[in-house]
Amino acid sequence: MATFSATGGSSLLGFCTLIFVTVGTQLPFDRLIQALDQWAAQHPEVEIFAQIGEGGRKPKHFKSKEKLSLKEYSEYFEKADLIVAHVGMGTIIAGIENAKPLVLLPRRQSLGEHRSDHQFDTAKSLSKYDAIYIVEDEATLGDTVLAVLRNSAAAQKIKISASPQLLGGIRSFLLDK
Amino acid sequence: MNEQLQVLAENDVTGPAKGPLNEAKVLKVLMVSSSGGHWSQMLRLLPAFDGMDIAFACTGKEYGETLAGDKKFFTIPDASMDAKFRLIWQALNVFKLLLQIRPDVVVSTGASSGFFALMFAKRMGKKTIWIDSLANVDKLSLSGRRVAPYADMYLTQWQHLARPEGPHYLGSVL
Repeated sequence: MATFSATGGSSLLGFCTLIFVTVGTQLPFDRLIQALDQWAAQHPEVEIFAQIGEGGRKPKHFKSKEKLSLKEYSEYFEKADLIVAHVGMGTIIAGIENAKPLVLLPRRQSLGEHRSDHQFDTAKSLSKYDAIYIVEDEATLGDTVLAVLRNSAAAQKIKISASPQLLGGIRSFLLDK
Repeated sequence: MNEQLQVLAENDVTGPAKGPLNEAKVLKVLMVSSSGGHWSQMLRLLPAFDGMDIAFACTGKEYGETLAGDKKFFTIPDASMDAKFRLIWQALNVFKLLLQIRPDVVVSTGASSGFFALMFAKRMGKKTIWIDSLANVDKLSLSGRRVAPYADMYLTQWQHLARPEGPHYLGSVL
């Protein structure tokens, strides 16, 4: 079913493009890594590095590590032009705080990728953020990555702190007599 | 162990208020969460605790390094809801930490470590705050549902999950 389109040529991508892939540290997500591995074979000009989780299957066409230290993780995050990941809140917050576009594939419970299908609900609720691209089917992952890389309209930083009502509510709960 | 007993002994000297009554006491806050997304969300709540004495506890031991400045940081053992023995071990360690730190307020975004922290803290008469993770859109997290009786302030980050009896909605960390 892979539909890597004819437009998938490499001519428009820069040579310094870096994609950082992370599926968290706990559960591997081989479906995502393999889909991207196929795409990477056709795009050797794009540098990719992945955190594949404990016991994750290693990709053939890009470098990976099971678990990164927090320092390595934030270094890759800062350097990357694009993040490809599962729908994890840590990744999403880091993406938004670092103003990086995110291409996210939800984990499926039926494939043993998580304990529930909540990543689908999280994904749906995130559609309001411009820089978050949800891919429901791994067959279209490569096309989405390509489209996002070519559309250089950078992700915008959204408000840097939490909602003032939430922060204010907590604060007055503690301090108001 | 001795250290802990010493802390206990010091703190048990309660008696009359230590300082002048009109001097505002700096609240001691313990923020507890598991690593990853729970932690990222918890850090975004920090402005609400500005000026308070904050200690952090996380299941990831490296996470202390991500805190700016000289912050109190403690590691607690990791566990998940499907590993019973690890859960018990985690609960014991959380309890020990509460005795050691003696916070006035305990705050968590999840998961099991935060549940235990709020449960014990509530029984010790401390103020407790639960903010359920943004990742739980469809329904509250398992810890989030079980923590209801122990959370003085009980919040969800999704308006559609709010109920009159709690959890309440005030906004989200994003």
